[in-house]
Amino acid sequence: MQYYEALGLKPQLALGLDDLKKRFYERSRQWHPDRFSRAEPAQQQQALDTTALLNDAFRTLRDPISRAEYFLKQNQIELSKEAPPELLEEVFELNMILDAVRDGGDPSQLTASREVFAGMLTQTDASLHALFESYDSRGDRATLREINDCLSRRRYISNLVRDVDKELSRDAHNPPRRGGETDSLGGPSPAPGPVR
Amino acid sequence: MSTLQIDFGDTKPQSKIVGIDLGTTNSLVAVMDLTGPRILSGIVPSVVSVTASGDAIAGAKARDALVTQPERTVYSVKRLMGRGLADIQNELKLFPFRIAEGSESVLRLRLGGVVMTPPEVSAHVLRKLKLDAENALGGPVTQAVITVPAYFNDAQRQATKDAGRIAGLDVLRLVNEPTAAALAYGLDKRKQGIVAVYDLGGGTFDISILRLQEGIFEVLATNGDTHLGGDDIDHLLMQVALEDIRAEWDEDISADSTAVQLLRRAVIKAKEQLSFVPEASIDLEYRGRRYQRTLTIDVFDRLIRPVIDRTLRPCRACLQDAKIAVEEIDEVVLVGGSTRIPLVRSEVEKLFRARPHTELNPDEVVALGAAVQAGILAGDVQDALLLDVTPLSLGIETMGGLTSKLILRNSTIPASATEVFTTGVDGQTNVLIHVVQGERELVKDCRSLARFDLKGIAPMPAGMARIEVRFLIDANGILNVTARDQRTGTEHSVDVKPSYGLTEGQVEAMILESVEKAEQDFAARQVREAQVEADAVLAATERARKEPGYLDLTDEERSAIDTAINELLVVYHSDNHELIRAKIDQLDVATQKLAEIIMNSAVGAALKGTKIDA
Repeated sequence: MQYYEALGLKPQLALGLDDLKKRFYERSRQWHPDRFSRAEPAQQQQALDTTALLNDAFRTLRDPISRAEYFLKQNQIELSKEAPPELLEEVFELNMILDAVRDGGDPSQLTASREVFAGMLTQTDASLHALFESYDSRGDRATLREINDCLSRRRYISNLVRDVDKELSRDAHNPPRRGGETDSLGGPSPAPGPVR
Repeated sequence: MSTLQIDFGDTKPQSKIVGIDLGTTNSLVAVMDLTGPRILSGIVPSVVSVTASGDAIAGAKARDALVTQPERTVYSVKRLMGRGLADIQNELKLFPFRIAEGSESVLRLRLGGVVMTPPEVSAHVLRKLKLDAENALGGPVTQAVITVPAYFNDAQRQATKDAGRIAGLDVLRLVNEPTAAALAYGLDKRKQGIVAVYDLGGGTFDISILRLQEGIFEVLATNGDTHLGGDDIDHLLMQVALEDIRAEWDEDISADSTAVQLLRRAVIKAKEQLSFVPEASIDLEYRGRRYQRTLTIDVFDRLIRPVIDRTLRPCRACLQDAKIAVEEIDEVVLVGGSTRIPLVRSEVEKLFRARPHTELNPDEVVALGAAVQAGILAGDVQDALLLDVTPLSLGIETMGGLTSKLILRNSTIPASATEVFTTGVDGQTNVLIHVVQGERELVKDCRSLARFDLKGIAPMPAGMARIEVRFLIDANGILNVTARDQRTGTEHSVDVKPSYGLTEGQVEAMILESVEKAEQDFAARQVREAQVEADAVLAATERARKEPGYLDLTDEERSAIDTAINELLVVYHSDNHELIRAKIDQLDVATQKLAEIIMNSAVGAALKGTKIDA
C-alpha cells in the first residue's frame, strides 16, 4: 500500500483529516523539488518522484470514497458497477417526475425527491464510516465486500442527486419547455438563449 | 595614459536567481534581497521591433517603433505562445500579427525582413530583462523563475520555457502568476486563511483560490481564460472610435497601421484615465485631422461589462472546484493592470463579498512573487513553500475519439499516473499514444498536446506486450512521459511529436543561433570598450604633450610616443579589441617617463604651495 507508506501510515480505512494534512505538509516541506533546485540531477529526480507519489497519495486518501476504492483495488477486489436493485423503484419514479417537470410540471416534486436522495446519501456515508471502523478492527474480506456494495450504492445515489441538481439549476435559469423533446437523465441542456 | 583595469572574469559573486514577470503588455524583473523582494529595473514593454539594419530591439524603444515602424514591430505576442495557426484565427482579426509563409507546422511572425517564432520574440524581451538585471546587480544573471498564467496549458508553458532558454536563461521554475502574487502578498503579511487571487492582465485572466497555513501556500483550485484581458477592452474602444472616424472623416483608417497604433495609444490613455476620473477623452490627431470623443465612466462601464462578466464564470467554477463557499474567503487580492478599473473592483467585491486588497502595486506584485519563489529555490527563503496545481485535466485518446482522463485538473503538482499499454495486432512493434489536455469528453474538443511513439516493441501476438507508461506533470506544470517494458523492466524510448510548438531540435538550433549572436554582441562590446579606453589614453597623452615636462624628453622618447599614437590610431577602427589593447599598452609604456616627469613637477609645485590646474 504505497500511498499509505508515502504518508507514513498503517493501511487503515478510517483516517483523521487533520493528521493526514499535517503529515502531507511535513513531507512536502522535506521533499518538494523546490528544496533541491541546486542539487545533483539524481537527487532532483528522487525529490520529483517522491513528491509526485506524496501528492498522488494525499489526493487519494483525503477523500473517503477514493480512499476506499484504492483500498479495495489494493486488496484485489474489483469495484462493483451494477445498479443497486433496491433502488430501481425510486429511480423509475424520479424519471417520471423529471419528465413531468420538463413538460412544465411542478418543480416542487423534484425538490422533494432531492431531499429524499440527499438523505439517503447522508445515511450511506454514515454506514460507510461504520464499515471502515469495523474493518479496521477486524480486517476481514467480508467487510471489504460490504464496503464495495455500499460504495456502489453511494455512487449511484450521488449521480441521481447530481442529475436532479442539474435539472433544478436549469429550471432556475430557463422557463420550462413545453412539448417537444423529452430527454432522459442528464440529457443535453437546451441551447442558451438571451437572459431577460 | 595609465588606466585602471577591471577584470570582470575574476570576480564571481554568488549568482542571483531572478524572478521575471513576462507579461502580455509589460514585463518586469525582480530579485530577493535580505529585506525582501525588490524590482530591479523599470517596466519593460513586451514589444519587439526589428531595426532597418536587422537588429531586434525590445522594450520602450520597440514600443515607440509601433507607431513609426508598425510593420516591423510586434506586441502582445504572449497570445501566440504555444499555439498553432488554426487556433489563432480570432487573434488575427484583433491584432496586427504578420504571419510568415509556411506557418502550418510552426507559427512564425514576420518583422520586416526577419522571421521569428513567438518564443524567439519573447526571448528578446527576456534578454532585455536579463541585461537590465545584470546592470542592476553588477554581475551575470543566468538563472530565472518566470511566471505564466495559471491557466496556461502544457504547450504554452513549454513555449515560455523555450523562450527562456533561447535568451540564455536557465529557467529553474515556471510559477503561476496568481500564485506568485499570493506569495508576495502572504509572505509580507504572514497571513493564514483562504485567499482568492483575481488576476486580470493585458491578455489573460486567472482566478486562484489558496489556503495559507504555516508558510505553506496550497492552491486549492484555479481557473481562467488565457485570451481575456485589457487588450479586449482596448479593442472594444477602438471599434467605437474607428466607427466614429469613418462617419466623421468619411474614411476608413483601419488598414493604416500607423493611424491604428496612434488610435490604440489614445484609447488606452482614455481607459487608464477613467480609473481615476469620471470622464476622459479619446483624442487623435492624424494628418492634419482631429478626432475627439468624450467618454464617460457610465458609457465605458456599459461597453466593457461583457468582458468583465466573462471573468465571473471561471470564478464560480473555481470556488466549486476548491469546495469553498464564498463566505469562507478571507481575503481577495487583485493583480494585473486591468484591476484598476472601478467596475472590475466593484464586481469582484460583489462576487466574493469582501473588499479586495490593493495595497501592493498590481503591476509589480507578480514579479515580486517570482523573486520570492527564486528565493525559495536558492534556499534564502526557508519557511515558505508553494504547492500549486495543474489547471487542466490530462488524458489520452481511446477508442472512438474519446478521452480517458489520467490526471484530473486541480491536482497538486508534481502529479503522476501510470497506464499499461499493449499492442492491437500480431507483430506490432510500436504504439502511438495521443495525449490531450482539457475537460471535454471528445478528443476533438480537447487540446492536443503531443503524440508519443513507443518504438522497438518485440514482435509478439496481439495483447501480449506490456508497456507501462508513466505520465508525470512536474512542478512547472509540464508533462514528462517515460515508458518501461513490464516484462523485461527495461526503459522504453519515447519519441515525442509536440502538436504545437517546437521540437527539442528546433529549440537547440535557436539556442545555438542566439549564443552566436550573443558572442557577436560580446565581441562588439569588447571592441567598443577598448575604443573608449583608447580615446581616454589619447586625450590624456595630448594634454601631457602640452605640459612643460614634455620638453625634457629626448627626441627618441618623443618619436616613440608619436609612433605609438599613430599605431593606435591605425588599429582603432579594426574589430580586434586585443590589437587595440596591445597598442594602448605600447603607448602606456612610451609615455611612462613623461608621466613621471609631470608627476614629479606636480608634487614639487604642491610642496611650493602653488596651485596646480588639473
